[in-house]
Amino acid sequence: MKRYGKFAVLIVLIIGALVWLAAGGMGESKTYYKTIAELGQMGERAYGARLRVAGDVEDGSIVRKGPLVEFTLIQENQKLKVQYTGTDPLPDTFRSGAQALADGRLERDGVFRASKIQAKCASKYEMKPGEKSPGAAKTSL
Amino acid sequence: MENLGYLAVLLAFCLSVYAVPASVVGRVRNKPFLIVSAERSVYAIWFLVTAASAILVYALMAGDFRFAYVASHSNRAMPAVYKFAAWWGGQEGSLLFWSWLLACYAVVVILLNRRRNRQIMPYVTAILMSVQAFFLLMNAFVANPFQMLAVDRLITAVPDGRGLNPQLQYFAMAIHPPMLYLGYVGFTVPFAFAVASLIRRMPGDAWIHTTRRWTLVTWLFQSIGILLGAKWAYHALGWGGYWAWDPVENASLLPWITATAFLHSVMMQEKKGMMKVWNVVLISSTFFLCIFGTFITRSGLISSVHAFAQSPLGRYFIAFLALGIAATVYLILDRLEFLKSEARLESVVSRESSFLFNNLILLASCFAVLWGTLFPKISELVSGEQISLDATWFNRLMIPIGLFLLFLTGVGPLFAWRRTSVDSLRRNFLWPSLASAALVAGLLLAGVRHIYALISFGFCVLVALTIVAEFYKGASAIAAKNHMNFARALLELTHRNTRRYGGYLVHMGIVLMFVGFTGAAFNRDATAEVSVGSSMRIGHYTLKVDRLTEGDNENYNWHRARLQVYKNGDYLGSLEPERRFYKANEQSLGHIGLRSRPHEDLYVNFASMSDDNTKAVIQAYIFPLVPWIWIGSAVLVFGTLVALVPSKVKMQYARTEVVGIARKYAPVEK
Repeated sequence: MKRYGKFAVLIVLIIGALVWLAAGGMGESKTYYKTIAELGQMGERAYGARLRVAGDVEDGSIVRKGPLVEFTLIQENQKLKVQYTGTDPLPDTFRSGAQALADGRLERDGVFRASKIQAKCASKYEMKPGEKSPGAAKTSL
Repeated sequence: MENLGYLAVLLAFCLSVYAVPASVVGRVRNKPFLIVSAERSVYAIWFLVTAASAILVYALMAGDFRFAYVASHSNRAMPAVYKFAAWWGGQEGSLLFWSWLLACYAVVVILLNRRRNRQIMPYVTAILMSVQAFFLLMNAFVANPFQMLAVDRLITAVPDGRGLNPQLQYFAMAIHPPMLYLGYVGFTVPFAFAVASLIRRMPGDAWIHTTRRWTLVTWLFQSIGILLGAKWAYHALGWGGYWAWDPVENASLLPWITATAFLHSVMMQEKKGMMKVWNVVLISSTFFLCIFGTFITRSGLISSVHAFAQSPLGRYFIAFLALGIAATVYLILDRLEFLKSEARLESVVSRESSFLFNNLILLASCFAVLWGTLFPKISELVSGEQISLDATWFNRLMIPIGLFLLFLTGVGPLFAWRRTSVDSLRRNFLWPSLASAALVAGLLLAGVRHIYALISFGFCVLVALTIVAEFYKGASAIAAKNHMNFARALLELTHRNTRRYGGYLVHMGIVLMFVGFTGAAFNRDATAEVSVGSSMRIGHYTLKVDRLTEGDNENYNWHRARLQVYKNGDYLGSLEPERRFYKANEQSLGHIGLRSRPHEDLYVNFASMSDDNTKAVIQAYIFPLVPWIWIGSAVLVFGTLVALVPSKVKMQYARTEVVGIARKYAPVEK
């Protein structure tokens, strides 16, 4: 199979380079998806790792302090104070009561510093008619 | 009326279930009437699904809010075009739209092949109808668009609907899903032909000749769909990005990548009889990735900004995918001997080898994107923790891949078949390489240090020049020989081999798009709270707030800022970014101001009003070179259209074509 030797070498080189790139990038890019309750149980491990936490934005908790935005996330009665430090505009769907995903790190003071916020209102694309017309909830699939 | 719609869907489902065995049995037992009846059910299905869709669209347009679907995706205040677009704006409707498109495609396939390909057509029909049956099953029993609200029994009449999500009330967004779907659905056809010829153990590549235009048209739709999505994101989302490696975006990219690989590797099969297994694998992967893409978008499997509501659709899709993939893999393995390669690779510097590496890289990128997209699920299976990978990971991997592909785009088409001589390398690449090196040196002197940007610009020049040189050389030869002027010679050249020169144009489009992508290395942004009379600076622009206004209409109320743009003290005009609050679904949305010039976009977003409601929070960005992405897209579309025009000189394939054995079996009128 000598004629395919060069091809094999090239292919191995290319695939190798890509795997190396992919594996190297994994460490700095990976984000753990945690619930607020799990965050409490993580102990020391929680500090330093990149985390993604989901929850509902507590009603009336959004406060703007200059460039910073602070709010509280609620998930199954567990609360987490979040401070948004990123520069991108907050998504249009971000508001009280919306579901939000916060990407960032947990600091020692117990505040979650988020560099990225994603939000969708609970009913972004699929709205349950039940919200407006009681009795119709069973129509939603 | 809703009952009629539902009845139509049910009947169509029954017919599609009938058409599959009818077609196959008709072919195997040689019963022409069964084959004909299956084909007629395809027409009937089209009629029924069209009727069902028409009923749904009518309900949306007329505002019949007894329909649950209408109540949640339309309202009275919306402009008519978005009422219509609400057809594909939600789960149930978009699945019906899928079915309808497939029905249309199936009818066209059958009409076009009344006389051709008779020996495999029954199988093609059967495969198309199996897919149709699956989607109609979804329409009829899982995501029924004709679900009614129990008006007058449990609840009072619904006065108005919730309206289409305002982010989707944007023109590019209204036509983005149909384009993408035309692409997604269209790949069912080449897949059906490939599998049918496998089932029939047809040697050769009749299926490739038959479906070449299909694949190209479908690929075109898909490209347009993806690009419209990018354009929409750029204009509508307010942060100026056109691609964020979101799972749903990735889902649309995956089949596009494999389809692109397929478009290239079929040339290997046509010219050299190589890569036969590979082509069947590629077209099947493309089809299954299309289904997979629909599945990701529709099931909420992976949390995404775009993710639609969680729904029970998932398991049906998984079952369908598993069955389909298992059957296809079995078929390919069972028929391997009919897919033997007729030639071997000879040299690393050859056309064959450049196709091989093009395919390898495209496939690697497809796998990488798939891996990154599914990583939360994979890591959950392995370690129990959901770990996601963000855009930095994708960029780290995909930028080098993209650059390598760009390089191949330039050199591949100029390598000769079998092997390339050093002399021809020098002839083709000496000047482009020198020009490219000169540009990189110039940029380095000008202070550009971004390594990927340098490589990218260098490759762009290299590739663009090689393409221009190809056109120039060909056209001047024709001009000299036939005493034509150069412009006519250029047309003549392209017309002689539209596929080749159209392909070059597509490559040119890709180069221009890369120029635009590379601009992202030099983005700038600034955010400021401004009141009337104050100003902010970004780069060499000064933005002065001229006035802040607010207002109201049926659909939304708005705040608007008028910003006067100055560059080094010269007045350039004004931008009016807006912040809208849509009433029906209580959602606010920015409407950006954009000053677009070939070298850069000035992009202004009205982020919000400050808390005391006196100042506006304005985000300004400079996006260098972005317009080239859209220019490149237009060139890509044009190039694909050129490639679709029949060539003036019919290409002669050295290899014998397979002649049909139709008449013996199928009902051919001749």
